[in-house]
Formats: sequence, structure tokens, C-alpha cells
Amino acid sequence: MDTFAIITKEDIARAVYDAIPRIACELPCDVRMALERAREAEGCTRGAFVLDQLIENARIAEADRVPLCQDTGTVWVCLEAGPDVCVPGDAFSLVDKAVARAYDEARLRKSVVRDALFDRANTGDNTPAFTDVHFVERPGARVHVMLKGGGSDNASRVVMLAPGAGRDGIVREVMDCVRAKAANACPPLVIGIGVGSTFDKVAHLAKTALLRPIGERARDAQAAAFERELLERVNATGMGPGALGGRTLALDVHVETAPCHIAALPLAINMGCSAMRRATVELPVSHATASGIANVRGDGLCGRGRMDADAMEGEGL
Amino acid sequence: MSAMDRRRLALPLDRAVAATLRAGDACLLSGEMFMLRDAGHIRLLAELDEQGSLPYGLDGATIFYAGPSPSAAGRPFGAVGPTTSSRMDFAAPTLYRAGIAATLGKGVRSAQVVSACKETGSVYFVATGGAAALLARCVVSGETVAYDDLGTEALRRIEVRDLPVFVGIDVQGDCIYDL
Repeated sequence: MDTFAIITKEDIARAVYDAIPRIACELPCDVRMALERAREAEGCTRGAFVLDQLIENARIAEADRVPLCQDTGTVWVCLEAGPDVCVPGDAFSLVDKAVARAYDEARLRKSVVRDALFDRANTGDNTPAFTDVHFVERPGARVHVMLKGGGSDNASRVVMLAPGAGRDGIVREVMDCVRAKAANACPPLVIGIGVGSTFDKVAHLAKTALLRPIGERARDAQAAAFERELLERVNATGMGPGALGGRTLALDVHVETAPCHIAALPLAINMGCSAMRRATVELPVSHATASGIANVRGDGLCGRGRMDADAMEGEGL
Repeated sequence: MSAMDRRRLALPLDRAVAATLRAGDACLLSGEMFMLRDAGHIRLLAELDEQGSLPYGLDGATIFYAGPSPSAAGRPFGAVGPTTSSRMDFAAPTLYRAGIAATLGKGVRSAQVVSACKETGSVYFVATGGAAALLARCVVSGETVAYDDLGTEALRRIEVRDLPVFVGIDVQGDCIYDL
């Protein structure tokens, strides 16, 4: 292909800087609608009360421009680049600067320590961000941004099952994790499940599963059926919103599968809380529009406008 | 909001009142409480061990497991909500026995915490995780009391008004998540 476009570190930093305050304060439309549907269906008094609070919380956060949750998370930035895109080696070099500035300006909580084991002093600016790059078949480039809370990540797990455990083994592990940990993860949950690949990659599959909008089924028919089955089982526990009783413990379950070793059946369960803070920002790839940001998927679901692409111009990010 | 009978409780919590609370009761808390979480608990335990009694006026107090976001929208904190209580289970039995009357957080707790509630006539409240913009409206004022270098994990004294909670563990050891 002779029309390679280069994604710049400025494009990525700008996308991250713009996305952070918006997703910290505005619940994605698909999540809000799912909460409202759950509320209509809820017969349990405590469960209904929790859902009322969460719906009202989203309204207050957006109106007052305050965070949906005090845990404004760690920042995950995942760049997806297609075959028509060149990614420079320093693509993420301005991301931490963008994160620090966004967290300071939007008055978000700083929740990162310097070292998990040897130096648990707060870094004071919520950096570093956690970054990934993925090369995909789909043309163009996009940045996924997620603010991941600690409570829901703590309720997650990776298990290396034996292949003989099969589908039933996966169901057992998922239900075990849900019963043991769902109350800590701020339900109604979005549950991301990865099955396959390797020990290190399966967690990424599960996390990526959280990016899919609520209600959108896996493309593979078997995976889609498995998602429906798991969602039904999870909600049949009756644990409900806040795990205080009711119909909706999970708004959705998303399953991503992959090839793996003949000896392996890797499973990762990544709990997503009700404050699912994520956005996907399409980056420009054609030379004609090689600056600025073209579209925001999260807002696009609500039919809202473009991000302010000029906001970061000349700001040294 | 859905209709629900909610008991108004004044803080610091009277032990005689605490004894009448039952797991699952919906309550509105008003008065003074303290915010403290992970790193602060390690320091508080060390101070308790050294002094033999709870410092900073914590005797009889309620500890809210929370690390707030900075002030915003004209309020002391932009967002305040419960963090996962089980992470504080290592310290809670000791703190209950030292005089803490109640804790507030989210999620299931250990058998040791349940025992400590029964033994000391104390309770555990739960609030809705992820409703932090709404709960922040119930915080009237806040000041840092100690451990300022911990940032959001500092010990803070706050004044709340009509903070909506449920009784999570009562003095009989019953738990809301088992109902």
C-alpha cells in the first residue's frame, strides 16, 4: 500500500487528554440505557433503590462535571493500528503528560503508587498510564481509553484450566468468581471474559471484551450463545444491583476467544463496574486529514458531536 | 427514588441505638465521621499499638472506607463513595475492639469482622459503590486530620447529612449479603 499514514504522538496524547474528563464524568449512553432498562425490570426494593441511585448519580455527575466515581482509576490506553498505518516507536511518549494534565484540570483522584511492592508512595499525578499497541486487519487507527477502578479489577481473575474442564469448567469458574467477588466490584457489572491464547494475553482478551457496547453480541454464533447463557446464569443468582438483591447483577457478559496450546484452556474474568468508563477515538489516517480527531465512538452511540480536535493544538502535549 | 423506610441516625453512633439496627435496614446518617482506607490503616494500627488508645478523637467514631476525589462543584469533594471493605479486614477487628463503633464501605467481610461486631456491639454499614457524585452531595464539610502525605488516603474528618446506607452487619452478626 502506498498511502501510509503516520500516527503521531500528539494525536494520541490529544485523544487521551480529551477523553479522560469526559469519560470520568459522563456515563456512556449504552450503560445508562442498560441501567434504565434494569430499573424498569427490577422488582426488589433494595435493588431498585441502588439502580435509582446509579441513574441519579450519572445525572449529577454530568450536570455538575464531577466524577461518576471517586475512584477515577488507572488509565489504560490501547492503540489499534491497521495495515495502512505507521506507528512511530515514541507513539506513547506524550501520554503520561496528557494524563497528568487531564487529572489535574478535571480534579480527578490520583490513585497510582510508584511501585507495587517496594515504594507505595502516590505518584501524585495518576501516571504512568498503562499502554498497549495492537496491529489489526481493520484499516485506520483508533485509541481505546479506559479508566479502570481498583475494586472491579481486584475482583477479577486469571485461571489456567485443563482443556478437559471444557465449557462446563469455564461456567463453574465464572460463577465461582461472581459469587465470591461480585459484591466488591460495584454491580450491575459488565463482565469481560477471555478464553484462549496464553497466560499473559488472556487477561488482555478479557479487558478488550469490556470495550464492546452493552447488548452487542460476539460475532461468532457459539460465543454469542455462550454470552447469553452466562448472562442468564449470573443474573439468576438473584444477587442483583449492589449485590443487595434483585434481577440484574450484570448488564452484560462479553466473551472473546482465541487459539491456544493443546495443553491449555486459559481463562480470564475481568469485572467491569457499573461506572464503565471507556471511549474509542478514531484517529485520522489519510494524508488529507492527517491532524485532528475524526470521531468518538462512545459519544457516537448517543449521536453527540465530535471532540474538540483543536483543543490540544500548540499545547506542547 | 424508590419509596423506602429509612431510619435517621445521628453520628457518633450511640451503642444503644446500634443494638437496635438489623442487617438490611435502610438508614440516613448525619453527623461526624472519619474517612480512612488502605495505607492509613497501617499507620493507625501502629499509632494504636504505640499509644494503647485510639488517637485523633476516633473513640466511638465511624470510619468510612473512602478516598475522595478533590473538591469540585462547590463541594468539599467532587466524588466520595465506599471502597471495598474486605481490604481493611486485617485492621477492623482490632479497631472495633479499640472503640470504633461503626465502619462504612462496600462488599462482604471476613468472619473475624462479623465476630468483632457481635463482641463489641458495633456495626458495618454499606453504601452503593459507584454512586459517588450523589453521595458527595451528602458531605457538608471535610478536613484533613492526619497522614496528609498519603493524598486521597489521608485521615479526614467529615460532616455528613442524610448519607444513604444499609446496615451491612448488625450486632447479632447477621449480614445483608446473606439475606
